[in-house]
Amino acid sequence: MQHIIVGAGPAGVIAAETLRKKNHTDSITIIGDESYPAYSRMAIPYFLAGEVAQDGTYLRHSENHFDALNINVLADSVTQIKVDDQSVALKSGANLSYDRLLLATGAHAIRPPISGMDSGRVHNCWTLNDAHGLLNQVKADDRVVLLGAGFIGCIVLQALVSMKLKITVVELADRMLARMMDEPGGRMIKSWCEGKGVEVRTAAKAVGVTDNGSELAIDLDDGSTIVADHLVCAAGVKPNTGYLEGSGITIDQGIVVNSHLRTNVENIYAAGDVAQGPDRSTGKNEVHAIQPTASEHGRIAASQMAGDATPYGGSLSMNVLNTLGLITSSFGIWDGVEDGERAQVEDSQHNRYLRLEFEDDILIGALAIGLTEHVGVLRGLIQTRVKLGNWKDQLLKDPSRVMNAYLAKVQGVRSVNQPAG
Amino acid sequence: MYKSLLIDPEKCTSCLQCELACSFENEGVFNPAKSRIKIFEFEHGLKSVPYTCTQCDEAWCLHACPVEAITINPKTGAKEVNPSVCVGCKVCTIACPFGTVNYSSDSGKVVKCDLCGGDPQCAEACPTGAIVYVDSNWTGYARMQQSAVEAHNMG
Repeated sequence: MQHIIVGAGPAGVIAAETLRKKNHTDSITIIGDESYPAYSRMAIPYFLAGEVAQDGTYLRHSENHFDALNINVLADSVTQIKVDDQSVALKSGANLSYDRLLLATGAHAIRPPISGMDSGRVHNCWTLNDAHGLLNQVKADDRVVLLGAGFIGCIVLQALVSMKLKITVVELADRMLARMMDEPGGRMIKSWCEGKGVEVRTAAKAVGVTDNGSELAIDLDDGSTIVADHLVCAAGVKPNTGYLEGSGITIDQGIVVNSHLRTNVENIYAAGDVAQGPDRSTGKNEVHAIQPTASEHGRIAASQMAGDATPYGGSLSMNVLNTLGLITSSFGIWDGVEDGERAQVEDSQHNRYLRLEFEDDILIGALAIGLTEHVGVLRGLIQTRVKLGNWKDQLLKDPSRVMNAYLAKVQGVRSVNQPAG
Repeated sequence: MYKSLLIDPEKCTSCLQCELACSFENEGVFNPAKSRIKIFEFEHGLKSVPYTCTQCDEAWCLHACPVEAITINPKTGAKEVNPSVCVGCKVCTIACPFGTVNYSSDSGKVVKCDLCGGDPQCAEACPTGAIVYVDSNWTGYARMQQSAVEAHNMG
């Protein structure tokens, strides 16, 4: 059996390793188009901050990792998929046949459609090449506008602060981290960043960028202008699907896959940031573009390619983030559902916040700021859909007892199954 | 067969010897806040439950790690964090559905139970046999799911 995996990020690499574990003789080829050993985008901010060397971002550390597993790694890119004769055309001109094909081509950084974004002083911060570009061109004390304060923007922010830059954040939404944090949480994060000397402009839209040869002028929709040495764009990412044009593979936000992570075309699967796969909470197909989903997709897709037909229950949307030392996390349907119930506790003075969302007596979503102990139980409670019974009432009164509720209900500690009083 | 920590909350007296032993072994200080095993109290301290990583077969933390900082110790089966590889991204802390990987802001890395290389000091220190290190084949997610089903059935 010939397995071809397009994309050498976490989903592709984990899929290749899983396939090898399941079968010792199949041919496995990974095709990647970046000029580095397989690496993790998650680790780039730590590389920028100087906390790890470039090889600290690599997915695997032993030198002959892929050779030892008899996995071929090709530096090339796919230009076309020929569904009818089950083959892929490569940029180098070669044509490879497959029995099973996995599309794990990830995503690319996008730039808002405003004038001046083609200036050499405008940078993305998504790939290792981007990181090298930034390190080469940006120096301490430079004035930098960070466009976008979503998940990636906030991770990048941490790195930019470590690089000792003077930063202004410009965010279109009314708060930072609009897609993983509610209004009180977003407010807490913003004031935390301001306390660290970062200027944050929310509900602010950049409408044009002008490069006068020595600096940038960034015009905002309120008529004001920010002058800066560089602009770092973290305005979002989009699945890489260009090569699929005309293939007949269904694409919506990303490549649409079913509960077997298979596309609408036989023998073709998709995984990771490019895939619009089943979401455990909503039951709909969604592009998560997060590391835990990518690694799960990689394993599940490989199992399916190897013949396992067990349907996948879907991935849980979740994030964890360190914004200049403030740790935030979000899980599942954190903004709740109609007729659901909410428990909330906010301690602005100590920058702590916890919000739990219930449907009946099941936890379906959660937000946390300043919580680093046992935070994974929020996933455990949501994923197992354990009925909390009386513990829900306890949590409505005091959400901080979530660990006790977890031990009682999920770990099934009998003697503490009913809350006291 | 690997050995694992078997915990019997009924025998726990909340003496915190396990937390002190763990923090001393791993961090060089007697400080329960730095322990990788934690005692949780119920009913205002009348009941207590020691809790730590079960070294589950699913190894959610290991699979979620983007830089291969978590590996399996072939001698003990423990999933161990290599602090020189860990970048501190914390993805494992949300991926572990047991909540047994924690981020340490002191070190900027994550910490979890590593069975002390095969001689877990918590079990060594426990005076009542609430924590023992035994041959076991029933840890992990399957057990957690089973508990969830039971709890579900109990309504």
